[in-house]
Parts: sequence; structure tokens; C-alpha cells
Amino acid sequence: MKSKVLVITSGKGGVGKTTTTANLGTALAMLDKSVVMVDTDIGLRNLDVVLGLENRIVFDIVDVVNGSCKLRQALIKDKRIESLFLLPAAQTKDKNAVTPHQMKNLTNELRKEFDFILVDCPAGIEQGFRNAIAGADSAIVVATPEISSVRDADRIIGLLEAAGLYDTRLIVNRLRSRMVKNGDMLDVDDIIDILSINLLGVVPEDESIVISTNRGEPAVMETSSKAGAAYKKIARRLNGEEVPLFTLEDERILDKFRRLLKIAR
Amino acid sequence: MFDILYKIFGRDNSSSKNIARERLRLVLIHDRATISPEVLLLLKEDLIKVIREYLEIDEEALLVNLENDNDSVALVANIPIKGLRRAVNE
Repeated sequence: MKSKVLVITSGKGGVGKTTTTANLGTALAMLDKSVVMVDTDIGLRNLDVVLGLENRIVFDIVDVVNGSCKLRQALIKDKRIESLFLLPAAQTKDKNAVTPHQMKNLTNELRKEFDFILVDCPAGIEQGFRNAIAGADSAIVVATPEISSVRDADRIIGLLEAAGLYDTRLIVNRLRSRMVKNGDMLDVDDIIDILSINLLGVVPEDESIVISTNRGEPAVMETSSKAGAAYKKIARRLNGEEVPLFTLEDERILDKFRRLLKIAR
Repeated sequence: MFDILYKIFGRDNSSSKNIARERLRLVLIHDRATISPEVLLLLKEDLIKVIREYLEIDEEALLVNLENDNDSVALVANIPIKGLRRAVNE
């Protein structure tokens, strides 16, 4: 299988890029793929804590591009899954310490070893963004159903196209189906219609994400997590499987079943 | 058809989702219409080139801008004419 370099980006901060990267990386590794997640948010590294790997960092991405260490030395092996690795961002170095050219070389190096290279992009549209997208084959844009997030996503999609990345797909994150039903939240169709972009998946708002992050264990490892289940589906889609999208309609049917069960009890 | 259904089920157009969708649509029209100053300058130079073939214009005073109205964007050019070239009928 040809390896894929996917950049996870959003423009706006706090919409779930890092959580998405951690969960998709873990879910793909659970499908027996070899996966490396690259944190490019230099100065504000976070992917390590979301994955619970913060205590294992010795070298980082800047050490690798500077040649201070070998790539292999900087890769942190996940404590739970064999085929999952993290290349952490530098926390104390200058955020311009890496160039797009270096990023491209780095991702090409990683292609030799891994099926999936997931690049966690920093918020914003500056150097960090340019670096993160430099070596990518395609992009995944994460947006929440809010005006500010969708607007930034639109800008990002434009910048990705300008950089030659046309196969961008969208993950709608933190959707609250009840609010959508009540007409108080943008629904998925509105968002994909406005952005005219392909939908990769929908992740529901889920408190279990907070708990998973507290523990440093991605939600996909928790069988009862709804968000985790959504990420697993997305991972299978990335792996080339045809997985139907979870629609509100499905949920309505599920809700009805639940209600029936409650009555029956 | 769906609109009627929505109305029956109490989803009128004033729901906050519809307000959000409409505001988003407008804000994106404006965002997408932003042309960088360099591109606008190139456009201006090309405009001058074409118009000079037909009219004598005040190139210094020529203004080209994108203007946003409520829900549309227009390219507005203000081109002062110094004089008309004599018509040549061959």
C-alpha cells in the first residue's frame, strides 16, 4: 500500500484538530496500519499529552530537521499499540525553526516506514500552517457547527487549493444532534453545502472526550464512547472502506429504540 | 414542499440555525471576494491598456475597487475621461 500523508487542519483553534489526529491515528493503528502522528505546533505542543506520551519525549521535530538526532530516535512508540508512533513538536524552540522544505523531506522520509502519516497542524494561517501542509498529499479540515469555525474552514480550503491541495475532506466535529433537531445549530448539510466540500465524517459532541483527554487515552480505545465510534468509522473510510455516514436519521431511529426499551422496562 | 413540512413541525425561518446560515453565507461572499492588492493592481493596469485603445483617460485618477453591498459584491471602477479620440471612419 502506498503511504498517505494527511494534514489535519482547521484555521480556528480549539475545534478539535489534536483530538482528531490522536483518535484517527490510534484508530488506524488499531486496523493494523503503521501510523505516525507528527505534531507541528512548535511552541504549543499538545498531541503528546492527549496521547498520554508526555513523559517519554527526549528529542523532537526540530532536533530531527536540525540533524541533532536520528529520526528513529525522536519517534515515540505508543504504550498501547505496536504500530503507532508520535513525532513530538518542540516546546521551547522558535516556531520558525522548521521550513516547508524540511517538512517535505521529513514526510518523505516517514513514507518509507509508515502507511499513514498524520500531520497535526497548528491553528492559524502562518508559517506553522505552511509547514504542516508542505509534505501532505491531502488535507482533512475539522470544523465545528459554528459560524466562526466554518468561516475559517472556508479560508483554509482556499489556502489549501492555492497550495495545490484539492482533495480536501471535512470532519464536522462536536455536533449536537438535539440542537440541530431544534433548529438551533447548523446542520451537516448546511455546512457542506456552504463550503462545497466532501464530507469525511461527523463526530458528535461527547463528554467522554474530556475524560479520555484527562486520562491520556484516545476515545477510540473506549468502546462506549460515541465520539470514539465516529472516529473509528472515519478511520475505516481513510483506510479505503465504504462506511455509510452516520446521519441524524439513524440517530432518530436509535432514539426511538431507546425510548421503546425504556417503556418496555 | 419541505418548507411546508418544516412549518408544520414548527421550524420557521427565524430559528437561530437559519440566522447563522444566512449570516455565514453573507460573510463568505465578502471573504471570498477579497482580491489581494497585487491582483487589483494588475487588473487596473490591464484595464488601462484596453481602455486607452478607445478613450483618452486620466490614468492617475483611475480607481478600481471591490465594493460590498448587502448581499452582493461589485467591481467598481471610476475612470475619468480626458478626451475622446477622433473617430476614424475608413
